[in-house]
Amino acid sequence: MSLLYPQSRIVPAGDRAVTVEVGEGIAVEVNRRVRALGLTIRQAAAAGVDEVVPAYRSLLVYYDPARLSFADLEAHLRDMEGRLAETPADAPRVVELPTVYGGEFGPDIDFVAEHAGLSVQEVVDVHSSPDYLVYMMGFTPGFTYLGGLSERIVTPRLETPRTAIPAGSVGIAEAQTGVYPMESPGGWRLIGRTPVPLFDPHREPPVLVEPGEYVRFVPIEAEDARSIEEQVQAGTFQATAHPVE
Amino acid sequence: MDLLEVLDGGILTTVQDLGRTGYQRYGVPQSGALDSYALRVGNILVGNADGAAGLEMTLAGPRLRLLADTVLAVTGADLQPHLNDAPLPPWCAVPAPAGAVLSFGGMAHGMRAYLAVAGGIDVPPVMGSRSTYVRARLGGLEGRALRPGDVLPAAGDGALDRVVGRRLPDQGIPVPQRPFPVLRVVLGPHTDAFSPEGVQAFLDAAYTISPQSDRTGYRLQGPAVEHSGRADIVSEGVPLGAVQVAGDGMPMVLLADRGTTGGYTKIATVVSVDLPLLAQATPGDVVTFQSVSLDEAHALLREQEEFLARLRESAPAVFARRSFRVLVNGQEREVETSLVELDPSSPRRSPYRTLQVALGGIAHSVGVEEVPRRRPNA
Repeated sequence: MSLLYPQSRIVPAGDRAVTVEVGEGIAVEVNRRVRALGLTIRQAAAAGVDEVVPAYRSLLVYYDPARLSFADLEAHLRDMEGRLAETPADAPRVVELPTVYGGEFGPDIDFVAEHAGLSVQEVVDVHSSPDYLVYMMGFTPGFTYLGGLSERIVTPRLETPRTAIPAGSVGIAEAQTGVYPMESPGGWRLIGRTPVPLFDPHREPPVLVEPGEYVRFVPIEAEDARSIEEQVQAGTFQATAHPVE
Repeated sequence: MDLLEVLDGGILTTVQDLGRTGYQRYGVPQSGALDSYALRVGNILVGNADGAAGLEMTLAGPRLRLLADTVLAVTGADLQPHLNDAPLPPWCAVPAPAGAVLSFGGMAHGMRAYLAVAGGIDVPPVMGSRSTYVRARLGGLEGRALRPGDVLPAAGDGALDRVVGRRLPDQGIPVPQRPFPVLRVVLGPHTDAFSPEGVQAFLDAAYTISPQSDRTGYRLQGPAVEHSGRADIVSEGVPLGAVQVAGDGMPMVLLADRGTTGGYTKIATVVSVDLPLLAQATPGDVVTFQSVSLDEAHALLREQEEFLARLRESAPAVFARRSFRVLVNGQEREVETSLVELDPSSPRRSPYRTLQVALGGIAHSVGVEEVPRRRPNA
């Protein structure tokens, strides 16, 4: 049974936005439709459509009711839904995130290993083997909601969140894994840190990876991380990316 | 051109415009003035585009020294603005000379006042906006609140003469609703996630604004709003003014610095024209919600936009400098007043009126005639 709705549900979300729900749950098929619809709407750039925020299974479309009535917006979105085929096919990349696991960079890795009944090295191997799909971004600038964490290392959050987590920290919370793009409070179990900046407000786009792309964590040593940090400082760092295999 | 020197940053003074558009899909919050109406009116009065950057000044305002001549307007909350110790008329474009100090006597009414200056505050835009988002140190001046020693530039020198003395007509000045603001809402998008009793309670009950309220959102305390099922949803985009209800049943109204996405049910969304009421409400105020249709919300918004369009077209000038020709004992001189309130009933031109004036014990015959000003306002 498909999780996609035969036709999207368009629901007002106040007087300047509508929610467009394309299907149920967290599923690749549904999320692919979200991204395709988002791209189609952005490319059409209709007058009065201000901004599109794609999520797992829905999009929030901001509009200016002075330029576009709700009825006209609804008709436009239906039209867009019927034109998805015109959207260029995704050519997803995998972006590598070199990551120092454990030690001061991943203070919770021993807990994760113990909780999973694995060695620390096995946690590193399990965490760094899949390509994780970026379903959506949100929460803080550059934060990626990743799908694909192995069930073997699912770990509960900290009971008491930390007040400050360094930028680049890689963590696990239940069945999610992700990177804190900037220093912030948080309750994820920290297993490592990447020196690669995921968010740079002065870059266009300001993010390293976009929804629909993949990330892979690549284990490195602390000295490698220092060298990458120097390249980042000097502005010479280039993230490694390759097509999905 | 450097325009403002910060002598005291106050409690929280940040550069804000109408917010960042197009980057929420990367997790970058909208930000922007919490009371966008007040900032827009200020900009219109001083002759700027609505989206020019100004200062959002919270509770206790800053102390600022002007480094150049300008025209400025203070709008929004009444924090008792003063220019060189003289009270400054609010919602009005006032000329201010280099060297003058703008200060605030403290909160008389409302939470957030706005300073608009001719040309707009000219910090470098980040992702298309000058708004400050303090949590990620983005935009504004180095992504932070202002502090002593900061210097803010303004763009250009504006068309000062044209705008001096313009004031927002009384009907445009928001009617104070503290401490009992009524917020109109459009129900949804997740009304189904609540029991009918839950929705009714939300619309009937009064909610107190919690001290844990800021630019991210206003937390409310009151009767719990009952869900029909789960309080969490698959994360999705969150619009400005969304009323989110988490598992504890307490509503929270999400504002400019909200996270772009969230995983809790949203029972309703505050209509755009009422968001300034909330931006000016303070912890301890008691809000109630009133349901309106989407059509009604759009009609309210249309009304506001038409009002602002008329203001942009022709804001009435209520202050001006005036020039007088003065005859003292038969000798003619021309004098100029400081900014005075125009009396619409007095004729602009009149023949000399002769007054007998005693100065230092000597009687003088003084004739006064108002004349058109030779120099523009500056």
